[in-house]
Amino acid sequence: MGIKTWALKKSPWVFHLNTGSCNNCDIEILDALTPRFDLERFGILLVGSPRHADALLVTGPVTMQAAPRLRHVYEQAAKPCLVIAVGSCACSCGIFDGSYHIVGPVDKIIPVNIYIPGCPPKPEAIISGVMKALNSL
Amino acid sequence: MTIIPIGPYHPSLEEPELFRLTVEGEKIVDCDWKTSYNHRGIERIAEGKTYDQCLFLVERVCGICSASHPIAFCNAVEDMAGIEIPERARYIRSIIAELERLHSHLLWFGLAGHYIGYNTVWMWAWRYREPILYLFEKITGNRQSYAMMKVGGVRQDIKDEDLPDIMKVVDDLEPKLNMFIGVALDDPVLAARMKGVGKFSREDAINYCVVGPTARAAGIDMDVRRDEPYAAYDRVDWKVILGESGDVLSQAVVRLLELLESVKIIRQCLREMPHGPISVEVPEILPGEGIGREEAPRGECFHYVRSDGGNCPVRLKIRAPTYNNIPTYKVRVIGETISDATIILASIDPCYSCTERMIRVVEQGRETMGWSDLLTLSQEKTKRIMREMGFNEEDAFRGLRI
Ligand code: SF4
Repeated sequence: MGIKTWALKKSPWVFHLNTGSCNNCDIEILDALTPRFDLERFGILLVGSPRHADALLVTGPVTMQAAPRLRHVYEQAAKPCLVIAVGSCACSCGIFDGSYHIVGPVDKIIPVNIYIPGCPPKPEAIISGVMKALNSL
Repeated sequence: MTIIPIGPYHPSLEEPELFRLTVEGEKIVDCDWKTSYNHRGIERIAEGKTYDQCLFLVERVCGICSASHPIAFCNAVEDMAGIEIPERARYIRSIIAELERLHSHLLWFGLAGHYIGYNTVWMWAWRYREPILYLFEKITGNRQSYAMMKVGGVRQDIKDEDLPDIMKVVDDLEPKLNMFIGVALDDPVLAARMKGVGKFSREDAINYCVVGPTARAAGIDMDVRRDEPYAAYDRVDWKVILGESGDVLSQAVVRLLELLESVKIIRQCLREMPHGPISVEVPEILPGEGIGREEAPRGECFHYVRSDGGNCPVRLKIRAPTYNNIPTYKVRVIGETISDATIILASIDPCYSCTERMIRVVEQGRETMGWSDLLTLSQEKTKRIMREMGFNEEDAFRGLRI
């Protein structure tokens, strides 16, 4: 394990990006940070800039407006950077598949490391997904 | 003059949205906003889905209002088909809708606290929100996106043996809410940050056609639950909460006091709910149109449905409350300092995913259609439909001419 991976596993900071979601997935992500689930005890912190992030949590199907911005944010993030697709929409477009304003699921735009299905996934599922992503490094 | 862009991906905005604030020193002199990052074309998708499938779709217009949109849609279809839902289903719909209001208002209050740098309020409010999500999971099986409504009633019953547990959660919640409200309203810091900020007169409220708590905070007495009762709201005792000044504080007060009203409604519904069937057989849906209104946590949610007698609606039109409320941001924010910009925006409890509209058509990087072309297309479509339905333009609006 190189020093970069070691540091990444210790306390991953995440950046949350909504590319067209219905809000539920985003709320469940925030919920995972609040007292009942308290993700911060694993050293996971939500940060305000992709440049500070070790992982991107992407929710929602990628809309036409969001696609170039998603690519841009991914380019800005320091590598190695985990990409975690949260929710059925981010994994496969879910119920919005086939709409005129949707480009596709997240992995059509940027490479994805971990998929967390569910509509919305429960905070437990999100936590377990993030931990799996970290353990896979 | 400086222009400060906020967004589209900004840490304090949960959803993508772009605001451009023009400032002179500390003072905001103008603002502009750009939307449609989250437009998903739901109305178009709905035209290819059956009425049952549409319910799951409209539930995902906005995650927070995942009871309001289905209820409004059911109201619209039931209005169109002339369906009368059973008494027990009415009570269950009210219970779910009020639980949703509890969770949504607490969520809002937490975020409002976060926006003004009071993270304790955020953590607190969200902690008290968890028991409500527990109730949702118990009753419907889901924490969010409850999948509870169906045309002609509700999908699941509330079991009698679950009632004591549900009652207990609600009973436990009330003293906490009271304490929470007391502390929040007495807090000098919150008052200093919210009182007199983002003022909004009654006239402005009327001119901008605002709805929901935003309107009630400015003293406009309106609430769909009372004015056009659906579900069981005319069968229980509750009151509409009004504010006076329309500033951020009065919006907070209206929402906080509504929490207690919601608890009151839920308690009465649980107690008085009659036994019986929870849904009726839906007859064949004939050509026609219907409207459904619902008081969502953020204000009136409106659905329009038209059918040609087939399995799917030929048109579904959704107007969510934020669509009316958000233009007020401009009048409220001008003249305030830049540090108050976020809390003023947050005070209407904006939800962008329901508000997104799209008016551009781009092909291979070139704009092929602008607003006016789309308008013409839309008008032509109406004319074409009229012709197909067999009446001409002259006749169509005769009833409206004086
Ligand atoms: S997966 Fe479900 S909850 Fe998440 S954004 Fe998509 S529709 Fe909403």
